[in-house]
Order: sequence, then C-alpha cells, then structure tokens
Amino acid sequence: MTLTIATSVDQAIALLASGARPIAGGTDLVVGARQGKAPLPDQLVAIDRIAELAELTSTDSETRIGAGVTHARLMTDGLIIERHTAIADAAALVGSPATRNVGTLGGNVMNGSPAMDTGAPLIVMGAEAELRSADGTRRVTMGDLWTGPGQISARDDELCTSLVIPAGGPGSGSAYVRLEYRRAMEIAVVGAAAAVTLSDGVLTSIRVALTAVAPVIIEIGDLDNLIGGAPDRALHGAVAAAARDQATPISDLRATDEYRRHTIGVMAARAVDAAARRAAGEQIPVPVNRSLGIGAAQ
Amino acid sequence: MNPSSPMSPSSPMSQQINLTVNGMTWPVAVETSRNLCSVLRTEIGLTGTKEGCDDCECGACMVLLDGQPINSCSYLAAQADGREITTVEGLADGDELHPLQRNILSAGGVQCGFCTPGMLMSAYALLDRNPEPSIEEIRIGLSGNLCRCTGYARILTAVHETAVELNGA
Repeated sequence: MTLTIATSVDQAIALLASGARPIAGGTDLVVGARQGKAPLPDQLVAIDRIAELAELTSTDSETRIGAGVTHARLMTDGLIIERHTAIADAAALVGSPATRNVGTLGGNVMNGSPAMDTGAPLIVMGAEAELRSADGTRRVTMGDLWTGPGQISARDDELCTSLVIPAGGPGSGSAYVRLEYRRAMEIAVVGAAAAVTLSDGVLTSIRVALTAVAPVIIEIGDLDNLIGGAPDRALHGAVAAAARDQATPISDLRATDEYRRHTIGVMAARAVDAAARRAAGEQIPVPVNRSLGIGAAQ
Repeated sequence: MNPSSPMSPSSPMSQQINLTVNGMTWPVAVETSRNLCSVLRTEIGLTGTKEGCDDCECGACMVLLDGQPINSCSYLAAQADGREITTVEGLADGDELHPLQRNILSAGGVQCGFCTPGMLMSAYALLDRNPEPSIEEIRIGLSGNLCRCTGYARILTAVHETAVELNGA
C-alpha cells in the first residue's frame, strides 16, 4: 500500500486515474477501515495539502467552497455564517473539535452518507458539486450525486474540487436542525435543513431537505403551494406533515422508524421557523441546535 | 501494487517519512496503514499518547497537528510527513509542569489518568486559540475527550483556573 501527498489538483487526478483513492482528513476512510467496514485502498493520494482545494471564494452571485475546506472553518467563517447559515449550523455539529479540524466538506459530500449533516443544507441552497478528471470538469446537483447509502454517481477518476452555491438574495435565511441524544460525537438521529426567502413578511421561496430518513438525503417536494403565506404555525404544520409523509425511515440502533417519522416533522418545522426568523433579520447564533436546547441537558 | 511505479516507495510495505514531534525531527519508516498514535508510541517511544477506543470517539489519542487537535488513532502517520506534532510530552518545560498539568493535578482532575494526556492536548489547543474561554466554550473544546472517572467538573475547573492564571500573569 502507498500514500502520495499531492500538491496540485492535476497531480491528484492523474493518481486517481491510475487507481488511487483520495484521502483528506481520513475521518470516514480510516475510521471505517479500522472498524472493518472496508479495507484501506491499496493506493492513497492525500489531497489535504492542495492549496486550491482549501480556497473559499465568493462573488455577488455565488459562493465557491473548496472541497478541502474543513468543518472547523465553515462553522466560523463570516461569509458562510452570513450567507449560508445552515451550512455553518451543520458543520458546528459534526463530531468533535478534532473531527472538525481535519474533516472536510468534500469528504462529507463524496462519502455519501444519508446521515451527513452538511448534505441537507447543500440541497436547500441549490449547491452543485464540481467534479474534475483528466477528461474535464462537470457539475452535478446533490440530488444527482447521491444514489444510495454511501453510493455516489461520480466516477472513481473524478475528484470533487468544490461546492458551488448560489448566493441567495435579500430576505433569505437558512437553518439546519438535528435531533441528537448528546452534544458531541453524535450522528443525526434525523435532521432537517430549510432555506426560505421573505418579502414584506410573506414567503417567496421555501426549500426543505431531510437527513437520515431515506437511503439518501431527500428534498421535500411540492412545497410551492406554501409560497405567498406567512411564516406562521400553519406553515410549520404543513411542512411537518409533508416531511412525515415523504420520509421513508428505517429502524436501527439510534431510533425506530416510527420515532424517526414523528421527529422528522418536528425538526423540519423547527428548521423552517429558524430559517424564517433569520430571514426576518433575527440573529440566532450558530449552531441553532443550542438555542433550541436540543441534546442532553447541561 | 506495481513496485516499479514512480509513486511506490523503495519497500512495497513501508514509506520513509519525517515526523517533527515536540520540535525534534524523527526519520521513520512506516507501513502506510500505520496510524500516527502507534508510530508515536512504538517507533518514537512517546507513550504519553494513549490508545483508547481506537475508533475516533474517546480522544485519549489526541495530539496536535500543526497546532490543531486530531485523533491520532485514526490519522495515518504517512499523512503527517513533514508536519509538526505536539504530544503531551511537549507540554512541560524540563521538570516544570505546564500550568494545565499542575492545575489538573491540584484540582483533582486526574483519577485513572488514561484520558489525561488527551484532555491536556485539547485544553492546550483551546487556550491557545481562545485565552479566555467561558465554561461552555471549555465544554465544547473538550467535547471530543471522554473521561469515565472524574465526572468532568474538576477538569473544567482546572482549565478555567489555568486560563485565569495565564491571563493574570
């Protein structure tokens, strides 16, 4: 087995083409190998020292987050907190400080877990993953990228280089809320992200996505009939009902399917509420989970 | 594996790397699958870093990589080639304990001691980044470190006392 420390994207994708697999923080790959889920690949290329992948840039219309940007940076970056608050909410809940220091957004996305925290925020913000290979560059939506638990549509010779996210306009707000039994080293029991836009107190857009209630992270469909309404309890109830209706949860050691189906409604409603309050200008600190008092009591 | 490939090291099973640990550079030959915790303990002989869960959950293996805490049980040593590692052995100044070490002892924050090196490294990194943390910020800073003896209260006290001591100096 070999590990090569790449210093450029071109070097990394050449190694991927010859059969190497990428490693950034190793918080999924190495832990999984040590738990016996899958052996370490025979050839590894470390991508955590490629400067291009650590870039976080923005224009008026979009934000580009390098695949190597860590959760620790996402949860504290001023632009992400201002523009893409749900991503900061999610990044702040990942693992522990040690996990967040080396775990990356690109690693989260390409690992394809239906329980990943950053996934639902990326969906509701309309993010696309940029994939690069020797054949060129293409962009895929999150919905097209994730095909099953731990399964993605990207080819083995493609490297995720960045996530590209539309900026969102005035009056927009977002939030990610997670049901957790403890406040650290936790995996979502269920989770929900919402992104809304308000104009004069009326909803002009709404997207909601759900974590850990389906084989992949899913977006709730058919919410457009809610546009034009107020961000009130009726809205929360409608979103909760739609979330429960469209979730297809399983039972496992963290929760039963029945408990997940109930709580996903609660989390989706809370996410919409927090997103709307942020859209209206209220400052709710990251992660919103703490102000909602979710997780074990102190 | 193709040993003639330019990316392969001289031995098909190991790679030659340099680890800078507590300011001293160690050239070591490691199998690529070896974790940093194991290399620190058995190749370099620094056994202060503990292997607890071996699953990235408990934080007993916490070391600093370029100043940031990481779980060394789940970090490949080969990936740390050329980087700066700080272990618990790097905290004391000769025979003089670091204030965190002194305070965790005097506060009664050590019972079996197995979590202590990891706790110290997380606390050290926290105070380095945030010299005046609130109790909540200390909790978050230590949230990747499990202790099954103390109930945490005395560890929090020790970190808080250290922050006050260092800021008052």
